Amino acid sequence: MDTFKKLKEFYWTHKRYFFISIVFLIITTSITLIYPIVLQKTIDEVIIAGSYNLIPYLVIFYFLLMVIKGVTTYIQQYNGDMFGIIAMYKLRKRLYEKLQYLPFRYYDNAKTGDIMSRLTADVQGFRHFLSFGFTEAIRFVLFVGISMIVMFSYSVKLTIVTLLALPFLIVVVKKFDKLVHPAFREVRRSFGRLNTKVQENVSGIKTVKSLSKEEFEINRFHDFNLDFRDKNIFNSNIWAKYFPLMEFIGNVCIVLLLSYGGYLVINNELNPGELVAFYSLTGYIIMPIMNLGFIINMFSQAKASGERLVEILEEPNEIKEHNNPIKDVEIQGEVTFNNVTLKYRGDDKAALENISFHVPKGSVVGLIGATGSGKTSVTQLITRFYDVTEGEVIIDGRNVKEYDLYTLRSQIGFVLQEPFLFSSTIKANIAYGNPDASMEEIIDAAKRADAHDFIMELPDGYDTLLGERGMGLSGGQRQRISIARAICMNPKILILDDATSAVDMETEFSIQKAMQEVMKDRTTFIIAHRISSIKHADQIFVFDEGEIVERGIHEELIHNGGPYERIYNIQYKDQIKILQQAVNK
Amino acid sequence: MSKQGNHRNNINPNVMNRFRYSQETAIEKPFNWKQLVRLLQYLKPYSKNLLPKSIIVVLINTVIRLAIPLIIGYLILEKAIYNKDADLLVQLIVLVGALYLIAYIANYYRIRWTHQLGQNVIYDIRKHLFTHVQGLSNNFFDNRSAGSILVRIMNDTGSLQDLFTSGIINLLMDMIMLVGIIVILFSLSPMLTIAVMIILPLMFFITTKLRRNIRRSWQDVLIVQSKLNSHLNESLQGIRVTQSFTQERENMAFFDGINTDTLERFRYAIKKNSMFRPLVELTNAIGTIVLIWFGVKLIQSGDIGIGIFVSFAFYLGMFWEPISRLGQLYNQLLMAMASSERIFEYLDERPIVAEIKNPVELKNVEGHIQFKDVNFSYDNKRTALKGINLEIKPGQTIALVGHTGSGKTTIANLISRFYDVTSGTVLIDGHDVRDVSLKSLRSSISIVLQETFIFSGTIMENIRFGRPDATDDEVIAAAKAIGADSFIEKLPHGYETEVEERGNILSVGERQLISFARALLADPKILILDEATASIDTESEVKIQNALRKLLKGRTSIIIAHRLSTIRDSDCIYVLDHGKIIEQGNHDELMEQRGEYYKLTTAQFKMLDVV
Repeated sequence: MDTFKKLKEFYWTHKRYFFISIVFLIITTSITLIYPIVLQKTIDEVIIAGSYNLIPYLVIFYFLLMVIKGVTTYIQQYNGDMFGIIAMYKLRKRLYEKLQYLPFRYYDNAKTGDIMSRLTADVQGFRHFLSFGFTEAIRFVLFVGISMIVMFSYSVKLTIVTLLALPFLIVVVKKFDKLVHPAFREVRRSFGRLNTKVQENVSGIKTVKSLSKEEFEINRFHDFNLDFRDKNIFNSNIWAKYFPLMEFIGNVCIVLLLSYGGYLVINNELNPGELVAFYSLTGYIIMPIMNLGFIINMFSQAKASGERLVEILEEPNEIKEHNNPIKDVEIQGEVTFNNVTLKYRGDDKAALENISFHVPKGSVVGLIGATGSGKTSVTQLITRFYDVTEGEVIIDGRNVKEYDLYTLRSQIGFVLQEPFLFSSTIKANIAYGNPDASMEEIIDAAKRADAHDFIMELPDGYDTLLGERGMGLSGGQRQRISIARAICMNPKILILDDATSAVDMETEFSIQKAMQEVMKDRTTFIIAHRISSIKHADQIFVFDEGEIVERGIHEELIHNGGPYERIYNIQYKDQIKILQQAVNK
Repeated sequence: MSKQGNHRNNINPNVMNRFRYSQETAIEKPFNWKQLVRLLQYLKPYSKNLLPKSIIVVLINTVIRLAIPLIIGYLILEKAIYNKDADLLVQLIVLVGALYLIAYIANYYRIRWTHQLGQNVIYDIRKHLFTHVQGLSNNFFDNRSAGSILVRIMNDTGSLQDLFTSGIINLLMDMIMLVGIIVILFSLSPMLTIAVMIILPLMFFITTKLRRNIRRSWQDVLIVQSKLNSHLNESLQGIRVTQSFTQERENMAFFDGINTDTLERFRYAIKKNSMFRPLVELTNAIGTIVLIWFGVKLIQSGDIGIGIFVSFAFYLGMFWEPISRLGQLYNQLLMAMASSERIFEYLDERPIVAEIKNPVELKNVEGHIQFKDVNFSYDNKRTALKGINLEIKPGQTIALVGHTGSGKTTIANLISRFYDVTSGTVLIDGHDVRDVSLKSLRSSISIVLQETFIFSGTIMENIRFGRPDATDDEVIAAAKAIGADSFIEKLPHGYETEVEERGNILSVGERQLISFARALLADPKILILDEATASIDTESEVKIQNALRKLLKGRTSIIIAHRLSTIRDSDCIYVLDHGKIIEQGNHDELMEQRGEYYKLTTAQFKMLDVV
């Protein structure tokens, strides 16, 4: 119940729909239950008693009732449905907002697939209960309750005899319920495994083919496919076992009714019409009981789904906005780290250990070091994607935590390691950080990232669609577009995180040349593996295991016997040897 | 709720269409007999056993359901109870009880068998499709995203499930039911039947016209919802970009647009949908009114008895179910048409390379490769390779050098016969590759690509992918030989560490070492390295260089690379330009020639500022 309380604001704010639906549900149900009575009156008081003059009244009365019922059913269904759907709308809106602002740390541990299933299946599960579960539960009470009352009022003895089998039905329903849900979960799980298998196979098809392991893959697929089939058959066998049994127990009620009811009618203790009415009413009790399992299940699923939604909504956001943040200032680009330590998880080894440096505005910094040595972590602290564990990060003399996040981030152009592009045109992708950019600005940014030429070769140029069904671009082309995207923002600080790893040397060289001008008046951080990318930097930091083990400029570092020189030698020794050979000849 | 970024008030209206998602292809297609017949072929394997068994139990079930109202309404109520015949009542009740018992058993088997049938058919279709897709050529995968292939194998086949488990069997049941009811009613009272039948056109109207309307509006909901889901998925994957470019508010505005659109389409669909039940019930009510009015008159005139009247009331209530289900089946069929069309589209796709009738099985491959006057073009327009002649002797290492698009990868593709030459021949150990079986050809070749795909599973399983029957010791030996052992040992669970496709446990360099270990384990005679060492950090590169030497030993190898260090030791270097070999020779010879290779090498130095 706690979950429903926590999510109350998403459905109780439009409770009007709910109440309308309930009121009209009561009317609808009452009218439904009148039908057997009309039938009984027709038989007993018109046909048997011979008062045929009542027919027109009876018919008109019945017709009016049915018209009313039609209208009320409509109103009830519409409002009930909308009650859930509006809640779904509100939930999605809030979840989306929440997810937009959750920090990197959250996404480091979360899986897209898992969040997606919460946003789709769990939101749906919750809405289903709001739309149908609530009303079905009330309908259940009304149907069973009123039917019983009417039956008892006709004949207590017959009611008791008829419903003798009911306890068995309840036992069977309960047992069925207990078995069918785990079985169904197994089906879902098996589906998930099969799905993952196929997805993996298709994504890795090049690897499969390059090692010619198609047959091996087909065999693995068979196992999952077979398992999915068998889980499904297992599930339907449970249905086969219990569903006909429930129906049979319901039919036993009918047999009991006919035997004892028939006996009563023959002995003139019951009117034939009443027997027919009983027949209908028994159906009104048995059907809801058979469905009871679904209602209970809908409820428990809604609860579980709700919990998973609350988890996202209550996820704390550690990157907090300052109470009185600095807004609308132009960042100059002077960056200072004072004794910064960063741990990604509480007891982990520190990703950064006591880092200090100063970067004057407009200068270029090169960061080099093995994978996982802390280069990326440094840059992500500047944009406050993470907060420092100890120490401080200072921009233009103010702690980054004092800045309004928008003011801070909108002036830092970040080219991330993985060049993610959205399903949109190339134009919109480049203008992503600056939707107001003019076409000239977009083209200019593309030119600087050496992307203009290949874009112009595409069938639709800048209007070429990327993503899902759009053009496939190579890794290098994607990287160039993501560089253009950062330039188009016209940022004061530019961060290139291994931004040219997938382009070939010639292209990298021409990007570098074009970037020279871009880097003027901006503070630039370049993370790279190749010395050639950072050798012109004003400062070079060499990282190892979260520490800066060396710093200086290229010319100093290649002669001091340190790690930078080692990297330099590995990368350059061949070339120098070859060059010497070439020159000597 | 977060208030970040709220001080910006003006959002560019352009953001409302900042993302474009493809509209799902039509959810339903017009009815197509040919396709249905083709689909029904999948029932064939079961035509001797499951199918007839299912049909029999369905028939039994239907007959009982038809008989019960007649027995209860006409015989029990009128003949026994109304006429106060207690003996007959007992007999009839025993009969009804027996029928219920039979129905119970028949139902049990109906559910069991029809589901078995349906699940087996879906299993077969999926198996057929997956196996077929595995055999398709590279160009098939080049043109399609992994997601769209996944949808066909999983969702499109899955959407046929209902049709095969219940749809086709129900069709039979409902037809018999409808005809049965009408026949029974006619035999009871033709006059009353005709009177009551006036609701049939109404029912027909509701099932066709209104239903179609409702169906369309639900489709609108589905379409916008799939757009919404596409965006959700993408926004999660691109969240880091969004936050770094501070586009949260703009994206929220975009999302709000689709979310509101979804709400409105839902509202519209519900408005339509909510009309369905009231109209159905009203139609039934009209039937009941006709029954009461006209039926009572017939009772009055002595044409029918009370039992027939009650039977009519029962049957009237049963009318709706089969009609409604037939409408549903029609919907199912239309959706199945769309799904099966997509499935058949894949099944009709042929691999572009096909085996000859009695292909040669390559045995004890030596690794002798020859290209004789090979010309090739991917699309018959642009020529990718022109007059290629080359020979690689067993155990030699050659390198292919040239700009992007010069034809390096194409040569590799022709060796594995991912494509067929346009003219000329490619020979392996003297056999034309078109004459040998694809399996024996490709299993003697391993290709290491620039991007290594990691399957979810343990490191052990990932390496073993190169040769599934390798023992643990063999896997570890391969990893050791490559030098991957040291980093694997450092992982939390060593070789048993679980890794994932997108997981970031492994660095690019480590992934590459795994793919080398895979290749070594596969122990191919011919090895192709396609840009296998690009995008690796310097530390890993040193390790990989050593690994490479181990890997190349005793194999015919083809290396495609940008970096000179990897290719300098090759026995022969081929320089390609626009699909032609313009230079060939070993490193020293080519440097001496001062041709294109010399230019390429020195150009790289200039970029590195070594001079």
